[in-house]
Amino acid sequence: MNDFTTWDVFRNLLAAVPWTIYLSLIAFAGGAVVSLLLLSLRFAFPRVAGTPVRLYVQLFQGTPLLMQLFLVYFGLALMGVQTTPLFAASLCLSVYSSAYLTETWYGCVLAVPKGQWEASSSLGLKHWQQMLLIVLPQALRLSVPPTVGLMVQIVKNTSLASIVGFVELTRASQIIANATFEPFLAYGAVAFIYFVICFSISLCGRHLEKRIRI
Amino acid sequence: MSNLAPSAALAPALPVSASSGAAIELVGVNKWYGEFHVLKDINLRVHRGERIVICGPSGSGKSTMIRCINRLEEHQQGSIIVDGIELTNDLKRIDEIRREVGMCFQHFNLFPHLTILENLTLAPIWVRKMPKKDADELAMHFLRKVKIPEQANKYPGQLSGGQQQRVAIARALCMKPKIMLFDEPTSALDPEMVKEVLETMVSLAEEGMTMLCVTHEMGFARQVANRVIFMDAGQIIEMNEPEAFFSNPQHERTKLFLSQILGH
Ligand SMILES: Nc1ncnc2c1ncn2[C@@H]1O[C@H](COP(=O)(O)OP(=O)(O)OP(=O)(O)O)[C@@H](O)[C@H]1O
Ligand SMILES: [Mg+2]
Repeated sequence: MNDFTTWDVFRNLLAAVPWTIYLSLIAFAGGAVVSLLLLSLRFAFPRVAGTPVRLYVQLFQGTPLLMQLFLVYFGLALMGVQTTPLFAASLCLSVYSSAYLTETWYGCVLAVPKGQWEASSSLGLKHWQQMLLIVLPQALRLSVPPTVGLMVQIVKNTSLASIVGFVELTRASQIIANATFEPFLAYGAVAFIYFVICFSISLCGRHLEKRIRI
Repeated sequence: MSNLAPSAALAPALPVSASSGAAIELVGVNKWYGEFHVLKDINLRVHRGERIVICGPSGSGKSTMIRCINRLEEHQQGSIIVDGIELTNDLKRIDEIRREVGMCFQHFNLFPHLTILENLTLAPIWVRKMPKKDADELAMHFLRKVKIPEQANKYPGQLSGGQQQRVAIARALCMKPKIMLFDEPTSALDPEMVKEVLETMVSLAEEGMTMLCVTHEMGFARQVANRVIFMDAGQIIEMNEPEAFFSNPQHERTKLFLSQILGH
């Protein structure tokens, strides 16, 4: 009664890969833009912006992404605002990754040794010059490994978008599992595809790390 | 404060007379870290062209004192006047002073992501607004002076400790400072590299640079210092010419300290 070959399963899953990648890219790009904004605020106005930014990070790190998705998709619908699964998933994943990226990148700037600030101060550089010429380039190097780690997390977390009915890899594998009655094959295949994506990201990251190491 | 002091180069060996205006003047300087009184009523007048060596036990406030001079640390009481400019919270003045005061650190603090040449040209280009070509020439001039022009295109991580410290000195010199501060420039170095750094500093002293140097290299102190200062617990305990300082220390604490670092 089963007319699906293994290839059919893979073929149908692969068709969903672009959506997972698309969602990951939106989440990362959106998250990066928001966290760069928050970080600029935090460094430019540490007194005023410090607490709100910390709160933002705590809030979105401290609540499950799943609940955020429910709230945005179903909650907004109850309030009469109709959203699409794509919109809800993009928004929540962006906010989620912005919280983690903000925290991580802030840490990278702080991780640049104090002596670098002191040496550049003693040479008479202004604060923005120290930041731009000395600290940020070094923070950027430090940020590669944790950022790659976060990207992998983001890819895996896009699977939560399946909950609100967005057809990406995980949702596709559920549909196929139901149609073929071969959950082991379908979920096994999808796990493998996730692994291939995440592993490629890690490889690129390692390559990048080597290139900028001195 | 008068700025008409004769150029230090004219009288390299001797301090210029006090009336012509000091290079650095600390008057009644006090500093606290929270409750902890780290500098206690420091009074010090450094003449142009003068070389001062500061020694004392760990935690006595030596680093803190010289770091106050270029405002890496803030003092809470008293006044610090550098090259005729009093240090206040005015950022313009702080920048002005930092342009005239070079500093070398125990751990070099070179910029690891820039080449040696870029380390040297950064401040001339961004602070002095010097064209890149001139800055490169200037940098090469000072690299030759510290005897490592061939390292110009390497990164700091590829150099030995002694070479890195000489680069750090050259980097400070590229700003053409009137005063140089050194905070234990050789204490992070292997013994065989101490010499090359000290030689660089001696030649700087011979050119009449005003120098304030925290170090326990007593040979260096004997050779170049006009005065040696002993600090303990945030105070200047004793200050004298090197000959007298070493052969005839006045205070018990100085004697104890000297016996600890000279004899064993
Ligand atoms: N940022 C800081 N906050 C609090 N206390 C500090 C700070 N920096 C230094 N201290 C304390 O101030 C005292 C003087 O420190 P300082 O670094 O000036 O000593 P030092 O004479 O240079 O010692 P060393 O020979 O070990 O370098 C020390 O007791 C130190 O613990
Ligand atoms: Mg010290």
